[in-house]
Amino acid sequence: CVGINLRYRFHVSLLCKLVSCFGDRAGQFFSSGHTNNWAVLVCTSRFWFNYRHVANTLSVYRSVKRLGIPDSHIVLMLADDMACNHRNPKPATVFSHKNMELNVYGDDVEVDYRGYEVTVENFLRILTGRLPPSTPRSKRLLSDDRSNILIYLTGHGGNGFLKFQDSEEISNVELADAFEQMWQKRRYNELLFIIDTCQGASMYERFYSPNLMALASSQVGEDSLSHQPDLAIGVHLMDRYTFYLLEFLEDIHPASKTNMNDLFKVCPKSQCVSTPGHRTDLFLRDPGSVLITDFFGSVRKVELTMETINLTDPIDAESGELQKEMHTYADQLPVSEIIHQKPKQKDWHPPDGFILGLWTLILLVFFQTYGVKHLKHIF
Amino acid sequence: LQSVRGQLAALSIAAVVIIVGVPLWWRTTETYRAWLPVSQIKELAKLQLHLSADVEVVFARGTVTPEQQKKVPLTQTQNMEHRVDGDSFNAILTPMRLSNSASVEADLSLHTLSESPSGSLVVYVIPESSSLLPQNVDVYIGQRRTALLRIGSQMRVGKTLEQLLAHMEPRIKQVLHVMSFSHTDITAALSNRVRISPGNKESIADSMRAFKSSPGYEITFSLLNPDPKSHRLHWDIEGAVETYIQPLLTKLSPVANFSIDSQTLYYAMLGVNPRFDSSRSTYTLNADSLAHVINPVEARLGSNAASSNPVLNFLLYIPDAHHSPLYIHDHKKQQVPTNAFHSPRWGGIMVYNVNEFYEVDTVFPVDINIDMAKVMGVFLAQLRLLLGVQSSTPPPGFLVAPCGNAGLADWELDRLMWSRSVENIATATTTITSLAQLLDQIGNIVINDNIAQQVSSAVTSLQLAVSELEAGNLGFALQYSKEAILSSERAFFDPSLLHLLYFPDDQKFAIYIPLFLPMCVPILLSLLKIVSEARQKHREKKPKKD
Repeated sequence: CVGINLRYRFHVSLLCKLVSCFGDRAGQFFSSGHTNNWAVLVCTSRFWFNYRHVANTLSVYRSVKRLGIPDSHIVLMLADDMACNHRNPKPATVFSHKNMELNVYGDDVEVDYRGYEVTVENFLRILTGRLPPSTPRSKRLLSDDRSNILIYLTGHGGNGFLKFQDSEEISNVELADAFEQMWQKRRYNELLFIIDTCQGASMYERFYSPNLMALASSQVGEDSLSHQPDLAIGVHLMDRYTFYLLEFLEDIHPASKTNMNDLFKVCPKSQCVSTPGHRTDLFLRDPGSVLITDFFGSVRKVELTMETINLTDPIDAESGELQKEMHTYADQLPVSEIIHQKPKQKDWHPPDGFILGLWTLILLVFFQTYGVKHLKHIF
Repeated sequence: LQSVRGQLAALSIAAVVIIVGVPLWWRTTETYRAWLPVSQIKELAKLQLHLSADVEVVFARGTVTPEQQKKVPLTQTQNMEHRVDGDSFNAILTPMRLSNSASVEADLSLHTLSESPSGSLVVYVIPESSSLLPQNVDVYIGQRRTALLRIGSQMRVGKTLEQLLAHMEPRIKQVLHVMSFSHTDITAALSNRVRISPGNKESIADSMRAFKSSPGYEITFSLLNPDPKSHRLHWDIEGAVETYIQPLLTKLSPVANFSIDSQTLYYAMLGVNPRFDSSRSTYTLNADSLAHVINPVEARLGSNAASSNPVLNFLLYIPDAHHSPLYIHDHKKQQVPTNAFHSPRWGGIMVYNVNEFYEVDTVFPVDINIDMAKVMGVFLAQLRLLLGVQSSTPPPGFLVAPCGNAGLADWELDRLMWSRSVENIATATTTITSLAQLLDQIGNIVINDNIAQQVSSAVTSLQLAVSELEAGNLGFALQYSKEAILSSERAFFDPSLLHLLYFPDDQKFAIYIPLFLPMCVPILLSLLKIVSEARQKHREKKPKKD
């Protein structure tokens, strides 16, 4: 026989550039290009009088769960606990409509970040994925390049910033940079950003990454207003924009074909007093072809399994005696190490400003009373 | 004299502020940024990849004349252009050496015993009249890395060696496309970087279905029993996993780590009501309603809280006694033989009917032993699809041997390794490049030493992986590409890189002006005063001189 050894070489050379994504519309299977859905719902304000922001977030949470996104794919951040607040006349409930028609707190709420854990830093860490290794799965956004993500923010905002916990702010530039980092790492397929704050449109002005669609409840210079107060609870229950958004979403079911153009019409100026805005120039698909359930629901793509593998080996019976492993509980904390620990040597720091100021004050008073010429008697 | 002392004081204060103060302020407010190999990163970003596969072609007796056997072609290069959006691929064929052997059968048995290194192939060319292959089959692809190729009828023994080789080349290339890698495979692996409008639906479905390359995966087998009052189910999941699934996962261990667990869920219903088909007196689930089955179940499935690896869920659903038997119908209202379906990047569900285990008047609950071989056959097929092992249907005239007991042929593993290596290299390169860009753009981020070290090791691993791919060492290339991915991900997702230091310019001014302006005003004014006094003296001196 004669044999020849061939070497088959394949040379690949690519430049780092992004070509247009597929606009294939054939069949609903391929039209959206996503295989899973995530939602990040954030309420940024605390205190009892900001009840409406928690109610906003919980209503969107309720709609998103009802349309199919499971808790494992929802990151819910609530900056304060309204349901168990001491001032709540109806504990364990958060209502979204006067006359207490709709309790959006429900009985299976899963809050991932609560209270003081809702900070700008944690929010940006979730988006960019830079969480410490000890963070559990439920607190992470484990999206991939085929995930559609819905991000909903509500709270008090201004021109170019959003206030977190009444003590810090996130600016629109930081948010745009965070989305760009998500895009660089392909952490989303498409992203829908909804914000219900005063001057909300300023938060999406600086976006520059592809495949982002944004909605806001008011334009720059306008305030987003709340809907109606409830006299029994004593606070405003919801914001107008989210109230009408909830009404709109209650009509959507998992198989509905409503598209984004209808979402843009939610809450016109006559109902909302402020002018809702939206931004679609960075989005590659036409908004009329984007279904509401592409972001708010979780419609799975399904394929029938046509093949099977013929397995003929019988299952091995346990050979020899059963080797039962002895299981023991591992120590949760190294108790012996902790109680015998020596206190850590702290590094020496120079005295801080308060101490220095106090010393200066004492010296000044001293010289004031005794005068400088008496110094030579002292030293 | 007082004025001289005053001037000296002002000058010395100004000197101290400028010489000592300004550098001190600069040093204490700058951020620590370790050095990054930016030029090497830019070099890598161009992503020039050469993939080479060693192919040994053995001509059986009866295909080549003894005179042709003596001729040894030295080099035979042929460039083939493949275009991916304006960039070019080159394919070079270089014959290396010839080998002689007595008979095809002995050779075949020799080669099936010995292990070819991963990434290489052996193609046997047999004469047209050989009876080893059935009539209409031209190519037979074996379980290991071997293939049988039938020489064409027009290639009679009298032709020259060059013509023979020229005739064989495209056919060998076709075999290579099926067994190793092809244009579509490589572009699908690179779909992270270059989103191309693909030619057909199949390639989109393929790229969306398989999980992305990850260092580990979690596999969960769940048994759903909605009706424990009627069925008492027994499944030997440990034995089944050990016998059927574990061999595949062991074979795939160079590609990724797998961890398996299993659970049983009681009273877990499907979210969809099945319809009763009176013609067959069975319950049916339409293909359209399958999409809504997964969501209600997923909430109850749970996952390992400690790891962030992607999860593959395999669910076995036993219909309750009132809705048995339950069959899945496709779009043409035909029963699906496997009675199973899968969802891209999620997992698979199989419906297992147990109504034949009992008659009308049996006492409930009934003890049922589930046939794990049948169940695992379906799950194994779904697992192959979800991991990206399955390729498209082979071209006409090809016959593919069924995969062995491990559920995975060697050449299928090679295919997976090729595409995973390319995917890993592309992803790691993108990560490193975007990290370098990000750190360059935002000047306020602190770059610690450990990040710089991770980046350097990622760059080194990438360079090694690229060179191993070029040399054709598939195993090493995959290993280096995995190391590159790990280092680059660790560097990119390091928690210390969070950029919370955005200072717009007006805020910077607002911070520094109240601190420095009150201090600088007296210094500047006194300096100006000194200068004007000096000038006045100079003017007074001048008339004196004259």
